[in-house]
Parts: sequence; C-alpha cells; structure tokens
Amino acid sequence: MRWIWIDKFIEFNSGRSAVALKNVTLAEEHLHDHFPGFPVMPECLMIEGMAQTTGILVGEARNFEEKVILAKIKKAVFFDYVKAGDSLRLEARIESLAPEAASTSGRITRGEKLIAEIDLMFSHVDKNLAGKEFPEENFVFDDASVFGSLLRNVASQSADRGAAGSEQE
Amino acid sequence: MAMSREDILQQVQEILIDALGVDDDEVSLEATLMGDLGAESIDFLDIVFRLEKAFSIKIPREELFPAENLMNNPEFVSNGKLTETGLNEIREKLPHTDLSEFEKDPDLNKLGDLFTVNAIVNFVDNRLNAA
Repeated sequence: MRWIWIDKFIEFNSGRSAVALKNVTLAEEHLHDHFPGFPVMPECLMIEGMAQTTGILVGEARNFEEKVILAKIKKAVFFDYVKAGDSLRLEARIESLAPEAASTSGRITRGEKLIAEIDLMFSHVDKNLAGKEFPEENFVFDDASVFGSLLRNVASQSADRGAAGSEQE
Repeated sequence: MAMSREDILQQVQEILIDALGVDDDEVSLEATLMGDLGAESIDFLDIVFRLEKAFSIKIPREELFPAENLMNNPEFVSNGKLTETGLNEIREKLPHTDLSEFEKDPDLNKLGDLFTVNAIVNFVDNRLNAA
C-alpha cells in the first residue's frame, strides 16, 4: 500500500505547473489520533501531498526517465488547520529544471483561504549518483504506478474538455 | 547589466540566508559554504538556481562548483591531495577563487573551504560586469 495524499489532478501543464485536489475525510485513521478530540490533517502530510504533486510534475517533464526524489524542503509555512470535510487545492509550479535537479514552488488553498506555502527541491538520482542501483519499488513516479492513473485521468479530462470546446465552436 | 559589488554581495547574502537558513551576520565574505554555513550538495544546486533567477544569468553547474568531477579523477587526485595537474585544473575552473592558501597544502578535505561567499560574489561580478 502507498500513502497517496492527492485525489486527482485538475490541471496539468507539462514541464510548467499542475493543480491537484485533496479531499480530507474522517475515514483517514490518523485524524483520530492527531490530535485526540481535535482532528486535523498533519502538516507533514500536506508536505508529502505537495511533494507528490510536484514530484509527478517534475518526473513527467522528462518522461519519467530519471528517478526523482525529494531532496530538500526549502520552505513550509502553514496558515490554518485543515479538518475533515475540507477540499484542498494544491498548486505546484516548476521554478527551475536542470538535468540533475528541479526547484519547485507550491501553494495549498481551501477556497479563498491560503493554507500553506511549500517550496521544494528534487534531485534526479540517476544524474547525481551514477552507477549506483536502487530498488525499483522505492520509486513511485512512473507510468505503471497508482500515480500513473492520476495522470491518465487528467489527460482524459483535458481531452473531454477539448472535445466539448470544439463542439461549441 | 552593471551592478556594484555591494549590490551583488547583498543579493548573494539574501540568497544564502534563504537557502541555508543562516543568520545574516554569519554570511561574511570569508565564510565557507560547507564549513561555516553548513551547505550540503543539494544546497549548491539550490544556490545555483537562486543565483540564476536573481541575476538573470545561466550557470552551468560545473562552472561554479566543479569539485565533483575533480575528486573522482585519479589524474587530479593522489593520496587525498590534488596533484599539480589537479591544481592546474582547479586554477582554470575557479578563476574567481583565491587559491593561494589552498596551494600550500592541497588536501581534498579542504576543497570545501574554497567555496566562500567571496568566491560566489566574484563569480557573479565576473558574469555581470565582464566586458
């Protein structure tokens, strides 16, 4: 099982930006203990959600040819609690992309309310640790994983919108 | 775009404060990135990205921080010290760095000390203001 902290992509601009959606629910067991009597989404999981959103964006930018790992949390600032029933919008943007790494910025919002600002750095391990081998299962950002289905879904949504657009014309 | 050294230094300091989470009084000209400011390898990339954005320049990674290639090449390194060939290589690669102290004892472990705040300012200064 993998913890996945985004439910779907609603926008995906290859190599540039992406927007993912996360619906928080009381069915998530950790909310029952964090904190007892005051269930809120742990902030570290919001960072993970942003890392997944931006990680897929960075991996896809180079067709998943490199293994992309979270290397640095440049900034993580939180402005409000997130509770069950909240719909979070995770907006991610690639700021810099080089052969060996990428730098990203991100915002999490709930409606108009800013929840968090999370800026990250990703390392392309193939380019940085040439020759060393890693177990495949550690790496999630490839087409075959559950994450792949997230990307296929957003692709079909965009195709639907494209078709609807052309009918209107 | 012409910029004075003071302006460059100020921007570089802001970048290092953000990238490394250090205080402004720690970022002196002589401070070494790894020894004094605690930079790790991913931080060097972070700093390169931030410099590129702040000064609107393109920096090939090898150009500002060329240590990695050097360390893995037996022609340049022997017994944990840089060879004369290695020293020549680093002189050529780091024209913006003062090597006089390092040359007396070119220990590989001291290579990290070469990357000072001053070296970054020199590098950017060269890039922006060279004719």
